[in-house]
Amino acid sequence: MEKKNNKLSLITNGFLKENPVLKLVLGTCPTLAVTSSAFNGFGMGVAATFVLICSNVVISALRKTIPDKVRIPAFITVIAGFVTIVQMLVKAFLPALDTALGVFLPLIVVNCVILGRAEAFASKNPVFDSALDGVGMGLGFTLTLTLMGIFREALGAGSVFGFAVPFFSANPIGFFTSAAGGFFTFGLFMALAVKLEIAQMPKDGCGAGCIGCKMACANAKNEGGNA
Amino acid sequence: MDAMRLGAIFFSMVLVNNYVLVKFLGICPFLGVSKKLDSSVGMSAAVIFVMIMATAVTWPIDTYILQANDLTYLRTITFILVIASLVQLVEIILKKYIPGLYNSLGVYLPLITTNCAILGVALLNVESGYNFVESIIGSLGAGVGFMLAMVIFTGVRSRVDQAKPPKCFEGLPLTLVAAALVALSFTGFGGIVESIFGAI
Repeated sequence: MEKKNNKLSLITNGFLKENPVLKLVLGTCPTLAVTSSAFNGFGMGVAATFVLICSNVVISALRKTIPDKVRIPAFITVIAGFVTIVQMLVKAFLPALDTALGVFLPLIVVNCVILGRAEAFASKNPVFDSALDGVGMGLGFTLTLTLMGIFREALGAGSVFGFAVPFFSANPIGFFTSAAGGFFTFGLFMALAVKLEIAQMPKDGCGAGCIGCKMACANAKNEGGNA
Repeated sequence: MDAMRLGAIFFSMVLVNNYVLVKFLGICPFLGVSKKLDSSVGMSAAVIFVMIMATAVTWPIDTYILQANDLTYLRTITFILVIASLVQLVEIILKKYIPGLYNSLGVYLPLITTNCAILGVALLNVESGYNFVESIIGSLGAGVGFMLAMVIFTGVRSRVDQAKPPKCFEGLPLTLVAAALVALSFTGFGGIVESIFGAI
């Protein structure tokens, strides 16, 4: 039973506790750029999830074969292969999404979420766990991006997934779909995630200070992952 | 006319299409390294250097190998591998022959291998159909724009860090809100390049 719980927690970790965007602060560029509409955020999330799961599985399967010294180039090559597949699929079946995501579709290659999970999880764990981790992280990523997209599209353009929202469609706040609104929304969502975690934590914990330091760690890890 | 066009490309990359604040490329170093002025200048200098090098290498590869042989679908995978090995090569060469420059840029070089701004600038240059000189000027503009955003933001951040926000806004959330205000000021540049240099 406990084992089952572990497997389940691999998936649910990605939602809030280890949310890749809001907690680990990975993959910030696509988060900011594509969430100006709900559909784009969702599309980006699904594309990244696909790459994440596939690359996690392949990297985990090859983890004993890849020499430690050249692991980063090897990971990047695997990831770039899957990104090319996604690019071709999206171009063929969803040309509108291809135009909307533009350069951020090929840029999934350097999305730190994917390389970060490859380095931190898939290179050390068995195939099935890595696949679950990919699913969890991918769902967390997709969920966050979609929610941010809904928020920005509803306030900034007065619609959600293209359907008009009463009141806001007559009075859109253009700020939220602009570049500056992206940073602002991201800040708000991150603060919300911290708030939720403070609410869940026992009182005697070190509180927000701990989260601050965890974020600093995530940042440092992030930079380390880039190296 | 040609100089006008190059000027228009350069200034639109620096001000209107600023890579960090408008196109959202290279946010990780923007948030991570912008705490001190000298590290943000060092990082930006390394980014400018690598952007120009990467464009100078990837543009010929794209034009003479990939496009000539109808292999453009291999663009992503080729570019990232070329850029990753290029950065390593630059690091080795600098370490051996120009140790002074290596000491000031060296620590930032490995960080920018997978900086999405580098791959982004290489991809956007070929996708917008620039010729070789225009691509180089475009990358220079993108790099200078990155430096401008970094330096301005470092100044803002040193003030913001002394503020006392609500608990849940401490740290990164507040930094992001500050970044929103800086980005908002850059939207004021919209249209300025067209009115000075004429439409591209």
